[in-house]
Amino acid sequence: MAIISRGFHGRRPAPGRDLPPGQYEVHDFPVLSAGPTPRVTHEDWKFTLRTETGTEHTWDWARLMEMPGESPTVDLHCVTKWSKFGTRWEGVSLDLLMEGVETAAEFALVHSYGGYTTDLPLEDLLDGKAWIAHRYDGEELAPEHGGPARLLVPHLYLWKSAKWVRGIDLLLDDEPGFWEGLGYHSYGDPWREQRYQGD
Amino acid sequence: MDTDGTRDQVYEDGNALGGPLSEIFAVDLTAAVGRCAGCGATGPMARLRVYDRAPGLVARCPDCGRVVLRLVRGPDTAWLDLQGASSLAIPLGPPS
Ligand SMILES: [Zn+2]
Repeated sequence: MAIISRGFHGRRPAPGRDLPPGQYEVHDFPVLSAGPTPRVTHEDWKFTLRTETGTEHTWDWARLMEMPGESPTVDLHCVTKWSKFGTRWEGVSLDLLMEGVETAAEFALVHSYGGYTTDLPLEDLLDGKAWIAHRYDGEELAPEHGGPARLLVPHLYLWKSAKWVRGIDLLLDDEPGFWEGLGYHSYGDPWREQRYQGD
Repeated sequence: MDTDGTRDQVYEDGNALGGPLSEIFAVDLTAAVGRCAGCGATGPMARLRVYDRAPGLVARCPDCGRVVLRLVRGPDTAWLDLQGASSLAIPLGPPS
């Protein structure tokens, strides 16, 4: 007689996987949104890096697709307490996009179609830690998950991984984004449980 | 959640603000008439589109889509942003 422990299919993460403090695991992919979902076609999509001196570096969809891609598999941690393990993405590393961009900036303010913003230190976008992601789980990134393309910065809470990304301003001084300006933590490290200001 | 990508209307009406705001204000603000700082439209707060599947509540103008009110409830602090409301007319009884 086969007896399968209920715990095997329960909410506990697989062995070897750690949940940051206060998080629980989900197997679906919850959709969070602070507004209507922007519908941006590949033809209309553009991504612009603007330096502190005003110099702009712009990619359209075709140019982004020509760049060498990477396929990161990462864990996601949302500040609303769900975590999702082993999500598979395809995208272009920010390291590649930043090649040839001259800047003394230490901060980044990320802008999205639809008006959302989020800020983080520039170094958290570099050294293989961030991507402009355009495919999820083997398919084109769906609009409700940020398609055509979203920022992916999985080592910080997911609100930093701006959906519908359209550009990044490189700044000498930090400027709070949409949630950072309303109580949320300016950095948002899930492992230090930096949810709110003062955490 | 939706997988066909067609359901875009993930907001509720402004009455969803009632409970969370009653924790902060003694009067029912959903009955207040607000003026959108973006387009100037006026209407009851209950007419706003409230997006609450997010790290906070985001209430948008039904006419121009701009953010009128945002509310974040932390463990021991609430943060309220009314930048997008240029005025609020709040029905009250006679002054006591
Ligand atoms: Zn308006």
